[in-house]
Amino acid sequence: MTDIRYLAPRTLDEAVGAFAAARGAARILAGGTDLLVQMRAGAVRPGLIVDIKRIAEMTSIEETADGGFRIGAAVSGAVLGEHPRFGQVWPGVLEAVNLIGSTQVQGRASPGGNLCNASPAGDSVPAMIAADAVVTVQGPDGRRQMPVAAVPAGPGRTNLAPGEILVSFTLPPRPRGAGDAYLRMIPRTEMDIAVVGCGVNLTLRDGTCTAARVGLGAVAPTVLLVGEAGKALVGSRLDAAAIEAAAAACRAACRPIDDKRGTIAYRTRIAGVLLKRTVGIAADRAGRA
Amino acid sequence: MNVQANKWIGQRTIRPDGADKVTGRAAYAADTTMPGMIWGKILRSPHPHACIRSIDTSKAEALPGVKAVMTARDLVDFPIDKSVMLGIQDMRWMCRNVMAREKALFAGHPVAAVAATSEAIASEALKLIEVEYEVLPWVIDVEEAMKPDAPILHDHIQFEGKPSNIAGKLEHKLGDVEAGFAAAEVVVERSFRTKPVHQGYIEPHACLVSVLPDGKTTIWSSSQGQFMVRAMCAHLTGLPQNDIRAIQAEIGGGFGGKTIIYLEPVALVLARKSGRPVKMAMTREEVFRASGPTSGSYSTVRIGATRDGRILAAKGTFYLQAGALPGSPIRGAAGCAFAPYDIPNVHSLGFDVVSNRSKVAAYRAPGAPIGAYAVECVLDELAEALKMDPLQLRLKNAARQGTKAAHGPTYPRIGFEETIQAALEHPHYRAPLGPNQGRGVASGFWFNAGGESSAQVNITEDGNVVVTTGHPDIGGSRASTANITAELLGIDYRKVSVLIGDTSTIGFSNLTGGSRVTYASAMVVTQSTEKVIRTLCERAAKIWKIDPDAVVWEDGEARPAGDNAGQFPPLTLAQIAARASETGGPIGAGVQLNTTGAEGGFATHICDVEVDPELGTVRVLRYTSFQDVGRAIHPSYVEGQMQGGVAQGIGWALSEEYIYDKQGRVDNPSFLDYRMPVCSDLPMLDTVIIEVPNPKHPQGVRGVGEVPLVPPLAAVANAIHDALGHRFYSLPMSPPKVLAVLEPADA
Amino acid sequence: MAKLHVSTTINGEPTEFLCEPSQSMLDVLRGPLGLTGSKEGCGSGDCGACTITLDGRLVCSCLVLAAEAQDREIRTIEGMAEGDRLHPLQQKFLEMAALQCGICTPGVLMAARTLLEQNPDPTETEARFWLAGNLCRCTGYDKIIRAVLDTAAEMREAAR
Repeated sequence: MTDIRYLAPRTLDEAVGAFAAARGAARILAGGTDLLVQMRAGAVRPGLIVDIKRIAEMTSIEETADGGFRIGAAVSGAVLGEHPRFGQVWPGVLEAVNLIGSTQVQGRASPGGNLCNASPAGDSVPAMIAADAVVTVQGPDGRRQMPVAAVPAGPGRTNLAPGEILVSFTLPPRPRGAGDAYLRMIPRTEMDIAVVGCGVNLTLRDGTCTAARVGLGAVAPTVLLVGEAGKALVGSRLDAAAIEAAAAACRAACRPIDDKRGTIAYRTRIAGVLLKRTVGIAADRAGRA
Repeated sequence: MNVQANKWIGQRTIRPDGADKVTGRAAYAADTTMPGMIWGKILRSPHPHACIRSIDTSKAEALPGVKAVMTARDLVDFPIDKSVMLGIQDMRWMCRNVMAREKALFAGHPVAAVAATSEAIASEALKLIEVEYEVLPWVIDVEEAMKPDAPILHDHIQFEGKPSNIAGKLEHKLGDVEAGFAAAEVVVERSFRTKPVHQGYIEPHACLVSVLPDGKTTIWSSSQGQFMVRAMCAHLTGLPQNDIRAIQAEIGGGFGGKTIIYLEPVALVLARKSGRPVKMAMTREEVFRASGPTSGSYSTVRIGATRDGRILAAKGTFYLQAGALPGSPIRGAAGCAFAPYDIPNVHSLGFDVVSNRSKVAAYRAPGAPIGAYAVECVLDELAEALKMDPLQLRLKNAARQGTKAAHGPTYPRIGFEETIQAALEHPHYRAPLGPNQGRGVASGFWFNAGGESSAQVNITEDGNVVVTTGHPDIGGSRASTANITAELLGIDYRKVSVLIGDTSTIGFSNLTGGSRVTYASAMVVTQSTEKVIRTLCERAAKIWKIDPDAVVWEDGEARPAGDNAGQFPPLTLAQIAARASETGGPIGAGVQLNTTGAEGGFATHICDVEVDPELGTVRVLRYTSFQDVGRAIHPSYVEGQMQGGVAQGIGWALSEEYIYDKQGRVDNPSFLDYRMPVCSDLPMLDTVIIEVPNPKHPQGVRGVGEVPLVPPLAAVANAIHDALGHRFYSLPMSPPKVLAVLEPADA
Repeated sequence: MAKLHVSTTINGEPTEFLCEPSQSMLDVLRGPLGLTGSKEGCGSGDCGACTITLDGRLVCSCLVLAAEAQDREIRTIEGMAEGDRLHPLQQKFLEMAALQCGICTPGVLMAARTLLEQNPDPTETEARFWLAGNLCRCTGYDKIIRAVLDTAAEMREAAR
């Protein structure tokens, strides 16, 4: 039995110092909704648990001067949902974050944990990728930023360097006519892992789509940014042909597996269906006439 | 009993154990400790099929903190080729299910166990046990297991003269089925597949066992029968039953899955070896891998009828997965399948097929949902072919008083027609449906059951009542007992406390299961209470110095009757109790019976669904169940049984299944991936209680709990057909399967 | 193994305990603290039987490290009734038979109480999704939902 230590530092520097010093034997504890399950299953046996929830920067939500948002990596879904403005500006990101688990899990689970758990099926990730969110990470060598899409390296693996901790998400300011949405397919109505998840973020000007990003989850080893799907929408008036082209791009991007949660054929087909539905919701939110 | 005059029977009283349960104080299996208690854990086979060449426990025994280690050698050996029956369970299988002997027969099969001073040390010790396996070919699926080249699980089991995985056969025959089909004008035959599904109780198996140096043993565990726990532990450990006191903890759900033991004999042996009380609790993963579930199945049903809808012949063949050891519920499948109908020619066959998965345990109307799924889907197709309303088809062929059923009985007064009639007349059946919505109906039957029960009714010195029965209260049966006792004594039900006795404090009582508890305990409680009332009248007679026959018990008091009427002021229960010592001693009575006369229960269900044709998801929009319960002693808990069974049936139909990986291990052993319905998946589940009293029961009770799980699989399937025009012959009707039918991959 | 000393508040009572760093709050509640009203149905946050509140926030106690309770406020089912007075939800659950075996009941009650504190007038759909993390295998949820909605109506009436 290995000796496990628990640390709840008050500052990020302290957290990074301890985390880096443990040289990979440490795990970050945000909401714990993945970590504690993995520990109990014996999948991970950390020597050190660094609880980051007592660090102010990791648990705060800030609306930046330019109209963007900075969300601490350990902010729980429930706290994000209670923010007076965030859900108005980024309804798709919020609904994605709020789909992670039950009410009880929402009391704990964070977008940072969801991203660093690096499941291809993490609900918040496609929406964050669609939103073009950027993460700030801090490690022994200081801070850097990277796009959300660059964080997952494969199932359960990230591109964070040894000793680096995910600090926050930065979401850009919203132009007029922007809207986002997230939908997932699950067999039940709650409590399931996404079989496919689709985040769409688009901007409409006079009915024409001027920008569009599509994030697709659970169809490949990492959550995908489906560039071709965005391209198919940009310049269109979101007519049926453009949306079908974007759906086809989503299906083409799928590299899923057959597993207990879904089949290759099913996931591929559903990716297109969800794209169409998600575009519809995002377009309505963008003020489609 | 005059229903209209009932004061407590039929009332929605507050259950005697209610406050205990809403405050978190009720003690379930895992909620108790004993001084000096240590923890037991089980080592399980990683292989689905393997000979156990050797087990070396020496390193585990040497680990500091380890107090005992055991293997199958520490249990009584029941030779594999000699049956030793205890009720419906064969001890040669039970001993091998508790701990593997010659072979590990499924991934998760216990092979050894340890007890240590902490859970962590026990877990470490398990890793130090060295088991040498000779890995064998394995088979999971029921159809695969019957193929000629399938791996054979038990060499001594033969079928038609050859070693086989078919371990048993049951056959019901009525009339001449071939002649019936020859006369039929319309015949429908279809085959169906269902997956194994788990009972899904929220409380994992757990127990705490203490063994004193003189062998006196206390078992605290949650089960559907403390007497079953005692008897099985006595068989498997060699202890006499009088040395074992099995105490019934509150039980956190069972649905049949706790009618057998898993941990208790293991903890008993560990406690005996270590001299310390041993606590054991399964993880949820262990529950899924090694307890329950019910059978998966492959069935074929053929039904023939005249053009005007009279069913002439029916044949059903039901192959059920038993798991690694024989004992699948073929009686429920083959026996209940055609039981709702008056069919002159029936041939119903059940086959018990072993394969390398955990041994099945009873699950609510064991086997019956599997049979009814096939039959009720075929009836739906038959109604379509005949252009008949599916309820009218059922009504036309409904079994009624005097119908001879293929499984044996000629029915007395039953209430099946009433359930169909009620469904036909219910607004649900005529409510409009929207696009992609559909409505399905199905019916179902369960035998119900009597059997052994004991009760003791005691009057306290202050004139209140304590009733003790021997049945674990799994869903509110204490409340029914309180209602009956209060009714008979003519007192407020709050004056009645109801307890569940342990094996040393109440007489033998058979399992809580088969929809028998309210039926059987009502009989022994009624007879006990009637004895008490006779005693109360005798005591009043003594006080009044009149003949006991001249005393009647009315409205909770003894009154002089006949010539003496009005001669003395009535004596209340409290007044008589206060003078009990001087009039002859404590007042109380017990009755023990092997109850008979439980008559079958029938139900008809209506289900509305909506299908998302692009995603393949199915949502149940509305559900109404109509069931003849004989008499609803406590309507709320009757409705609760109906609703709970329906919810389980919806899960079985749409989302629940055991999934195995390529190594033959359960791939979804968690509530996350074994998808039981959650609150947001279901609508309100409407219930219509129909009361056609059972003439053989003092209150008219039939039994409630099993029937509600029988119709839903077909009701949902038939509703999906109504919505989409496609039929599904395999459960669960999960989104990928639905979509594959709607949009074939090559389309 | 070095144990941690944790000072916290449980059901209004200042409480101290020792725990191992990897021990869950549920294990400490059920073990050293003897508060066995919180149940373990899965240990993975999928059943809700261990639901408590942590600083007023609904959580599965199996997914909280006991060490995290330092300086926090915990409420469990044992603190729901006030003396001999049941919470209106507890009373309604009894009157409407919203429990059968009762193992999920403590978690359901904790979740329902938080729902009504945050949303005194939930729709059926809101209540169902709020409680989706509380598995019940006995009731089919029908009587649970009816009891929650009825309690909400009564509590609104009482507050007028």
